[in-house]
Amino acid sequence: MRISIDPSLCQGHGRCYDLAPDLFGEDDEGYGTVLVPDGEVPADGEDDARLAADNCPEAAVLVHGDTVAEDRVVGEAAP
Amino acid sequence: MTVDDRFAAGAGALRADPSLSTFSEVVTGPVTDWATDFSHTGEEWAQDAIGIWDDLRQRCPIAHTERFGGAWLPTRYDDVAAVAYDTEHFSSRAIIASNVRPPRSLAPVGTAPPISSDPPFHHDARKLLLPAFTRTAVARYEESTRAFCSSLVDALAGRDVVDAAADYAQHVPVRVMADMLGFPPEDGPRFRHFVENALEGIDLPPEERLARSSSLFDYLLVQIRDHLEHPRDDLTGHLLQAELHGRRLEPAHVAGSMALLLIAGIDTTWSAIGASLWHLAGHPDDRRRLVAEPGVRTTAVEEFLRAYAPVTMARLVKEDLPWRGVDMKAEDWVLLSFPAANRDPAQFERADEVLVDRQVNRHAAFGLGIHRCVGSHLARMELRVALDVWLDRVPEFTLADPDAVRWSTGQIRGPRTLPVRIG
Repeated sequence: MRISIDPSLCQGHGRCYDLAPDLFGEDDEGYGTVLVPDGEVPADGEDDARLAADNCPEAAVLVHGDTVAEDRVVGEAAP
Repeated sequence: MTVDDRFAAGAGALRADPSLSTFSEVVTGPVTDWATDFSHTGEEWAQDAIGIWDDLRQRCPIAHTERFGGAWLPTRYDDVAAVAYDTEHFSSRAIIASNVRPPRSLAPVGTAPPISSDPPFHHDARKLLLPAFTRTAVARYEESTRAFCSSLVDALAGRDVVDAAADYAQHVPVRVMADMLGFPPEDGPRFRHFVENALEGIDLPPEERLARSSSLFDYLLVQIRDHLEHPRDDLTGHLLQAELHGRRLEPAHVAGSMALLLIAGIDTTWSAIGASLWHLAGHPDDRRRLVAEPGVRTTAVEEFLRAYAPVTMARLVKEDLPWRGVDMKAEDWVLLSFPAANRDPAQFERADEVLVDRQVNRHAAFGLGIHRCVGSHLARMELRVALDVWLDRVPEFTLADPDAVRWSTGQIRGPRTLPVRIG
């Protein structure tokens, strides 16, 4: 699984670095940054990556190569 | 330092000439039909806004009113988001709908940059503020905020019934904003009047609204001059030193940004803290859970922000515009109801329920697009700390008199009177 942030969409809400601080950080204006090299998500960070993507109000956090996410519904309540 | 003569003139120079504004007829009185005659300034709205949005979303998702010189109210998430993202057709020149429209010539700067600014000016004006409001930057106010919240709870000792809005929630952002702007903390009670003048009293005669707003700019000028005499490291000092495109800011930009931070930083957070306490006072299961499981407070804060989002912004339609089935006219207001969007069942599962452990919560309480609330990290910090302190210190509380709860009118929604029994 790989993550990225679309800088044309990110507005600095900061949900990603609140929810997945091992994967995302903030720059000096509050916009999100990807902390892991090449965006590669460690196996134990995949849930956090999905959580960050699902909570971004601007849908700026992108998760690539996730086979699980496609089955899920936006706005779904806690399982 | 060189002499700063930008502020030698009176406070009148700090804002646009009011005589250039356009005034529309003040229409008050009961609403006949929410779809065609809505008003967000009356008691009926204050008491039942959520029900009004839910009703409109089903039968007339883009409501209209002739009041305020013409205004629209989209209630679906998709429509609210579309307006928020469309800065080509919708201007932020004024963001509080009323019977006064400032002159078109104020765009793209507006009266309170960057919230009142349009592209391309907006980006650079916003950039000046962002570093002061990152999560890391606001963290340095957390400890003092926690201590202040504790002192507010200390002051409640010995009372059975307290007003959680007026005695607690209100004071938190007032103190934080005074601290950040470098204003005397004892001036706090005056801020409340500035806020009320700006955000409530929408139906007052325009001359009276303008007269009231001049007291705010008189105050800001006093603070600016004090900072020029005694330079210090706070937001006011930052704005006075800041440069845009190689020049120091226009006096109206400095004062407008200060007005924005003062007004927008107070009413909003006060409302969010109050609404959260209101919910918990009336929902003992949620209250007990947050007391016993502090870890759940993280998602609870986001859920309170979704379900009781305090802030509705406004836009002005730039030119006549057929839009998603309605005919918007140039200079019509559009109320950008993030609170209504946050309750759209097409966007959120179980939208009408408050689920304190909701994991996926893509709410729009802080807006969408380029005008995302610049203070969102500060607001979250204040809300989290205020709830932490209250729940740890006052774990048992109930609504003392549900009928006595009074919610605000206007675009910022929250409880203004909230009697809770704590003894």
